[in-house]
Amino acid sequence: MTLNGKAALVTGASRGIGREIALELARQGANVAVNYSGSEAKANEVVDEIKAMGKSAITVQCDVSNSESVTSMVKSVIDEFGSLDILVNNAGITRDNLLMRMKEDEWDDVINTNLKGVFLCTKAVTRQMMKQRSGRIINIASIVGVSGNPGQANYVAAKAGVIGLTKTAAKELASRGITVNAVAPGFISTDMTDKLADEVKEAMLKQIPLARFGDPKDIAGVTAFLATEAGAYMTGQTLHVDGGMVM
Amino acid sequence: MADVLERVTKIVVDRLGVEESEVKPEASFKEDLGADSLDVVELVMELEDEFGMEISDDDAEKIVTVGDAVNYIQSTM
Repeated sequence: MTLNGKAALVTGASRGIGREIALELARQGANVAVNYSGSEAKANEVVDEIKAMGKSAITVQCDVSNSESVTSMVKSVIDEFGSLDILVNNAGITRDNLLMRMKEDEWDDVINTNLKGVFLCTKAVTRQMMKQRSGRIINIASIVGVSGNPGQANYVAAKAGVIGLTKTAAKELASRGITVNAVAPGFISTDMTDKLADEVKEAMLKQIPLARFGDPKDIAGVTAFLATEAGAYMTGQTLHVDGGMVM
Repeated sequence: MADVLERVTKIVVDRLGVEESEVKPEASFKEDLGADSLDVVELVMELEDEFGMEISDDDAEKIVTVGDAVNYIQSTM
């Protein structure tokens, strides 16, 4: 147990990668706030699993693209746990379309949730973490934010933005004992990727040296590592967790 | 007035590690008291806690000197 007594907030934690991160942080000893936007029942299941491990957990509903909603979410987490040591910015959506067909609202929705959401949540927790003189912020980016990907101009732009935001926040907050890193998952099997056509999946598999799709657990392990003492001397980095897809 | 100035002075001395005699109303946090931008953000946070108020980002940007801080606090009391 390396995160005993630490308080974590994971956004978008009702399903997929976020859910697995919330569970892994709890396994390492943390108390966890499980944020969700729409899937309340799923978020409750995650909380029940964490409580079964003997750790505290709460659900917090919040649309991360709304600043007032984010402020009140962070306040309620600090009220509940008394501190906030770990923020995992994981909430994200896709609205895939070719650039030429992409509608303005498809662009805006993805940028607002996947990029602005990270900014708002980071800003909101910084006050508490600066006072504590310690904190870990881990942003879930994507390997396509590094490589680009046809059909995902909005998503790729947001994720590349998150990587830049990670570096800047790392530089601004380092002197206060706060580290900020990004994890860039490759192709991970989740509800989000299940929607892709089989031929697309086949083509992607050919580009993965480790010859398998990732599991949410692969991302959760690396994220938890960054949250523990083992990751203390890393900041501003983007870790590729993609089976070797992008080197 | 004296009370607010005293409380502000104590916070500035604690936070920035300067001598009490340096904390004059006209002293600029950055120019005269050696604060960087993040120090000023933290000072404002501590003032909010000390005086039980919320200082908006817009107002916080206008707080440059010790006197600015004292005046702002008094104007809201």
